[in-house]
Amino acid sequence: MKTKELTCIGCPMGCVLTVQINQGKVQSVHGNSCLNGDRYARQEVCAPARILTTTVPLAGDDNHLMLSVKTRNPIPKNKIFACIQELKKVQVKAPVHVGDLVLKNVANTGVDVVSTQNIG
Amino acid sequence: MRKVRLVIIGGGPAGLAAVLGAKHAGEDDILILERDKQLGGILNQCIHNGFGLHTFHEELTGPEYAARFSCEIKNQNILYSLNTMVTNISKDKIITAVNPSEGLFQIQAQAIILAMGCTERPRGALNIPGTRPAGIYTAGTAQKFVNVYGLMPGKEVVILGSGDIGLIMARRMTLEGAKVKMVVEKMPYSSGLKRNIVQCLEDFEIPLKLSHTVVDIEGNRRLEAVWIAQVKEGRILPETRERISCDTLLLSCGLIPENELSAMMGIELSDQTKGPKVNESLETNIPGVFACGNVLHVHDLVDFVSQEASMAGRKAVEYLREPKSGQKHEVPVEAGNGVRYTVPSRMCLEAMESSLPVRFRVDQIYKDGFFCVYGNDQRIMRRPFRIATPGEMVQILLTKKQLEGIDLQRIRIELEAKINEN
Amino acid sequence: MLNHDIVIIGAGVSGSAIARELSRYDLDIVVLEKQEDICSGTSKANSGIIHAGYDAPEGSLMASLNVEGNAMMDSWSEELDIPFQRIGSLVVCLEEEGMPFLEKLYQRGIKNGVPHLEIIDRQRLKQLEPHIAQDAVGALYAPSAGIVCPFELNLAMAENAVQNGVRFLFDAEVLSIDKIDQGFCVLTSKGKVLTKHVINAAGVHADTIHNMVSMQKMEIIPRKGEYVLLDKKAGKHVRHTIFQLPTKMGKGVLVTPTIHGNLLVGPTSEDVQDKEALNTTEKGLRDVIEKAKKTVQDLPMHMIITSFAGLRAHHPAHEFIIEEVKDVPGFIDVAGIESPGLSSCPAIGKKVAKWFQEKYDLVQKSDFQPRRKGLNHLYAINSHQKNALIQKDPRYGNIVCRCEMISEGEIVEAIHRPIPARSLDGVKRRVRAGMGRCQGGFCLPKVVEILAREQDGKTAKEITKSGKNSYFIAGNNKEDLL
Repeated sequence: MKTKELTCIGCPMGCVLTVQINQGKVQSVHGNSCLNGDRYARQEVCAPARILTTTVPLAGDDNHLMLSVKTRNPIPKNKIFACIQELKKVQVKAPVHVGDLVLKNVANTGVDVVSTQNIG
Repeated sequence: MRKVRLVIIGGGPAGLAAVLGAKHAGEDDILILERDKQLGGILNQCIHNGFGLHTFHEELTGPEYAARFSCEIKNQNILYSLNTMVTNISKDKIITAVNPSEGLFQIQAQAIILAMGCTERPRGALNIPGTRPAGIYTAGTAQKFVNVYGLMPGKEVVILGSGDIGLIMARRMTLEGAKVKMVVEKMPYSSGLKRNIVQCLEDFEIPLKLSHTVVDIEGNRRLEAVWIAQVKEGRILPETRERISCDTLLLSCGLIPENELSAMMGIELSDQTKGPKVNESLETNIPGVFACGNVLHVHDLVDFVSQEASMAGRKAVEYLREPKSGQKHEVPVEAGNGVRYTVPSRMCLEAMESSLPVRFRVDQIYKDGFFCVYGNDQRIMRRPFRIATPGEMVQILLTKKQLEGIDLQRIRIELEAKINEN
Repeated sequence: MLNHDIVIIGAGVSGSAIARELSRYDLDIVVLEKQEDICSGTSKANSGIIHAGYDAPEGSLMASLNVEGNAMMDSWSEELDIPFQRIGSLVVCLEEEGMPFLEKLYQRGIKNGVPHLEIIDRQRLKQLEPHIAQDAVGALYAPSAGIVCPFELNLAMAENAVQNGVRFLFDAEVLSIDKIDQGFCVLTSKGKVLTKHVINAAGVHADTIHNMVSMQKMEIIPRKGEYVLLDKKAGKHVRHTIFQLPTKMGKGVLVTPTIHGNLLVGPTSEDVQDKEALNTTEKGLRDVIEKAKKTVQDLPMHMIITSFAGLRAHHPAHEFIIEEVKDVPGFIDVAGIESPGLSSCPAIGKKVAKWFQEKYDLVQKSDFQPRRKGLNHLYAINSHQKNALIQKDPRYGNIVCRCEMISEGEIVEAIHRPIPARSLDGVKRRVRAGMGRCQGGFCLPKVVEILAREQDGKTAKEITKSGKNSYFIAGNNKEDLL
């Protein structure tokens, strides 16, 4: 049995959640003031995931040196730096639009990186 | 002189939503004046996600949120001038502006919406002693270097102020290869969203030092170190001074509405918000001049900016259709116990729509209390809350029904709650 | 071979005024400056006051050069195309017992030759300055006192010297000076310079330079002064430069409008060891604010936009030392130039030039050009002139600094002047971009971009705040990720 403490991000209350974990499974959540806290704790303990946003160099447009991008879906939290590493090698050419594919299956997460800007 | 019925000063989130509000209300003669080379304002450099949950029911990044609006502006063939700086607006709505292609020019507007946004508080205004080396930036300036230019302003970073921009930049700098040593916050609590504290600091094990501030700055050419110290009841405790070596200090110490033009044209400003005093229609003391977004008061969510601005657009069109003449009966909306300010700060019952959002901020952290609204001295609303913090704007909806039948002289918003002691 | 007639060490107001005055004659002159720009030491951070001249003791060099320099300022500002205003100064007395000292100051001023001095009563004072302290009893009024921008004056003198053939060498720190046959060998961080004469105008470092060649040692004490600068919205809070009559409790601070319309408050006065100690302190800033409140009511201190510190070059004798060093013929000290150094600089230039003129019986060049045209400033011209300028060069229509409304055209111009802006501070001080309430938060990335582009395609990483190691950019995104 393991115990993990988390801060709930659901609202400004910021409840301190105590999660009991047994063999990778959540046994109980304490400290939450509402159901959102419980839900958040289970997700965050089992499979914490984040949308990653960053920029990559852009060629072919005088007004923009960089293109902002994001992972289309959340990626596992522990893959953030692996994804950034892969994006280090990427350069995009204008024109480009919101949602255009920038990098497929980044760091083997099964998630694509896409443009978040319209340029050109 | 060129004549335009409705001119919007600023093409950021507020300006764009105001324009669409006006367009949807039926106005066609609209011009946006924007100083940057693209529409979207500060959203273009806010590449993180978390925008638009209220407006679009999905999480967008700043550029995506801006693109939704600017695409619509383009589809609707609304006129806008880029690279255009407004240098003056007169009381009778003559706008003076300058850009490289047209030079200095003037426009006579019938109605104006002020949407100039806000500016970050710089080091000088914070009066931090020490040397004046390179390496001290406001968080937004650093954000521009990193996100727009692809350049790192430094490698070892201390951030002063735990507002959302500071937290977001802690993560950005880390992801791009810098070492963020700590975020220092003068208050005993952070004004940033919990979500940002977790995902921008805790995810990367960046310490948040509450009740601490930067008291000295070292380095003649480039920043070499900052000294931090604990703050107790507003006083710095000298014995807690500690030297933190770093080459970069980012300041995220508050935003100030950008009202130089408003002041020039004689618009009354609030000491509390530093923005114009407006009525229920978001109209300033000059008839036909409206304000919305961060130039009116600093918001924490862009969705609320869009909502507010859209209403300003609609109200400007109402004014253009029927410029109100004569005196309206306006009553003050007062900030009572626990409330720092309200927007609007005055209102006219006749001009009010069926409901009116009143936005305000509380002065401290409160838990388990009530937001109360009084018409004269009669309580007309009592809404419970779990928590209220200065960092989070509160919005309550007044309905016309609640106020009718009272010989209304004033409205007061106040808190019934205990201060949270921890 | 001695390739120069005169080497001037220091490109502050003294060195530049001397350069300008000596450029009247057919001489080979080079100015050595260890920083990357003019006006980087004592000349940079001071009150910007052209004093009337009642402060210095009767018969002193300080007194005579101050009064003379003050009188020259009208023609110099006109020839050099810089703003100068005689707004007048008031020495305010806060207690009845002080009035005899005010009278003494008045008498001294009269003896020094200060024009139009007057002692005014409380009522008149209140008329002149509605915000003056309630307990003010009277004041010494000197209408001849004025304000300038020290940087613009410095720049104008240096640029005019360049027009007339003087060379300026920046980032050239003097490491040693050797006496050689008929002159000197000056070793700098940029190489050797051989010269017949050396003029030592090195500000707080004048002692170091002097002691390189003379057996009679000199000491210059850096005396720190801290200031706060308020937004232009506060600039009209007072109309004159307001001093406080010194009391047993010490010297007060001044409150003055600046030539650009801000309000300046300061300085403190503290002798320090470190000649680079340009840091402000919590105590210093607090003192400035407390002391200013004694003479002026309702100071809007929430409008502070920046604070800074300067070092005055104090000589123990508290006198200007302007003379050929006795044991080193051909080596001229211009040392101890603290307040009223700025006010005196035209007269200092003239005095040093006269020494050379008399010694060598020099005749003014027929092609000496006394007039210098300043930079285009959008804020100083009307809308027709603005449009003409923008039509000629659209970059004047691209506003980069929104607080001060400074255009790209003005910044580009500053980078290509005879004495060019090479750093952010260089731009800021020439055109005021970044001088406003946001202190460059908005325009910094753009100015860095323009500086890089206009200097033969430097990269942003090479652009500095004020030379040497004061870089803004540490690298590209992600380059440090392993």
